[in-house]
Amino acid sequence: MTSNRTLSDTLFMGFVYIGLGALSITTLLPLLQAITISLSPPDVVNSYGFHLLPTKLDFSGYERVFQYDIIWTAYGNTIMRTLLGTAITLVLTFLGAYPLSKRTLPNRKLWTGVVVLTMFFSGGMIPSYLLIRNIGIMNSIWALVLPGAVSAFMLLIVRNFIAALPESLEESAKIDGANDIVVLFRIVLPLSLPIIATVGLYSGVSHWNAWFDSMIYIQDEHKQVLQMILRRILLEGQDVSAESGSGVHAQAVNTETVKMAALVVSVLPILCVYPFLQKYFVKGTLMGSIKG
Amino acid sequence: MKPNALFQSYLSHKYFFIMLLPVLVYYGIFHYGPMYGVLIAFQDYQFLKGVGGSPWVGLDNFRELFGGLYFGQVLRNTLIINFFKLIFGFIAPILLAVMINEVSSRWFKKSVQTISYLPHFLSWVVLAGMVIEFLSPSRGPVNMLLTELGFDPVFFITEPGWFRSILVSTDIWRNVGFSSIIYLAAIAGINPEMYEASEVDGISRIQKIWYITIPSIAPVIVIMLILNSGTIINDDFEQVFNLLNAKVMEVGDVLSTYTYSEGLLKMNYSYAAAVGLFKNVVALVLVLSANYIASKVSDDTIF
Repeated sequence: MTSNRTLSDTLFMGFVYIGLGALSITTLLPLLQAITISLSPPDVVNSYGFHLLPTKLDFSGYERVFQYDIIWTAYGNTIMRTLLGTAITLVLTFLGAYPLSKRTLPNRKLWTGVVVLTMFFSGGMIPSYLLIRNIGIMNSIWALVLPGAVSAFMLLIVRNFIAALPESLEESAKIDGANDIVVLFRIVLPLSLPIIATVGLYSGVSHWNAWFDSMIYIQDEHKQVLQMILRRILLEGQDVSAESGSGVHAQAVNTETVKMAALVVSVLPILCVYPFLQKYFVKGTLMGSIKG
Repeated sequence: MKPNALFQSYLSHKYFFIMLLPVLVYYGIFHYGPMYGVLIAFQDYQFLKGVGGSPWVGLDNFRELFGGLYFGQVLRNTLIINFFKLIFGFIAPILLAVMINEVSSRWFKKSVQTISYLPHFLSWVVLAGMVIEFLSPSRGPVNMLLTELGFDPVFFITEPGWFRSILVSTDIWRNVGFSSIIYLAAIAGINPEMYEASEVDGISRIQKIWYITIPSIAPVIVIMLILNSGTIINDDFEQVFNLLNAKVMEVGDVLSTYTYSEGLLKMNYSYAAAVGLFKNVVALVLVLSANYIASKVSDDTIF
């Protein structure tokens, strides 16, 4: 009986380690392959076989990518929208969450309902697109940072976080004559740093990765975001330098090396910060899973 | 409350409403604006005339929708793809969480978690680029393996027979790690005394998982299943759009990509809005009934 148990346990643990190992490998292999191809000369890439580790180092892909002015412009646009978008998200989310956390707020259910309803129903892609055209923010950064600024879900998480803060601190500030807006900035915000980090990180990542809004709302080449330029290089195989007007590489098609170099350049910032920020994301998901 | 008292209450909360105002304006414009705009699904919308001036056509767009052969195809694609995503994508993170929990080495555990959460933070543009390389007939390891085993290489991305499976598997690949977090947290909340008691009885690890771990996290599993069931109609536009190509249109075109091409490429605004409205109404019904069922099977409702 006992030996049976140890045998089945050993087999089971073998299965667990192999399964988890296999998952990790299938997650890392495509990334590794992309990095290797980005560092390999075209003749190696075009030769038959899987390229796990670079056999011949070649930085021509990166050189080519660094020559694309449009990539750097797009990089700047992405950083700009990420910073501005996250700032707007944080300000609006807290301005909404703090009043709604107050039990004494008149018609609190009604005002919360106005926000919550949007979790259940939305107009959809076409009406949203027409709205952006009609209010005249097409082709500007506002079309990228405003429409998704406040998520009702995040707002509820922040509201619950604030509601759990000790009331006494706010009261003592009010006795000293501070009004509610001052209390929000002087007392509530400093106590809310963990939730600010969570909301900020989620908003930041989603702005960094966004491309669809840029595709439908932005017409000017030099206002496009990084993911959109990457999409054109990667999936549509366009030579972006020809469009930017330099014409130097006009006849050349993007090689796999160039495509993967562009891919690596765009994910590098995420790969660098991700290991350090991972725990905040995990915390954020768990906060979200508590009933709103 | 008497009207006067209510007014007094608003007055004493005036700073709160000053704060709330920008948020309400935001919701009014960017969320309720499109809800009003969805009326164009019942119109023959012309951009210059706007929602106010365009002629009403009643249910014509919906008649065209349900009468059209291609819409049936798109709806079928959406349901098939999402059904398999729902089933496999639901079981996978539970399995993963249970497996991670069994590992005793902290280092291994942390590494697996860090690696498996990663794809969730990359955009579908990047992931699609990597997936296409990974499945490439001349360079991809999958095809290398197939050739080793004596099969012909398959150009998976352009093969109608494979495309849906690729959507389902890459969806799981991207989300399995991140979705496992909630189950890991639920497992961490299990009273360790239950395991200690079972040690005395001398049961195996698999029995422990089957008789203690799974039943203990069952409420979380039920809630997640009900929550996820609403996604059967909501396809992942960013995923499908980035992997879709002309050769697999008939099996891969789903409601959101169809809305996009009808509305924003062909500019049939009203017809596309009707497709979107159909999808959103079905999703709403699914979520509300899911919440109703949740309130019956457990004490917790989700909303």
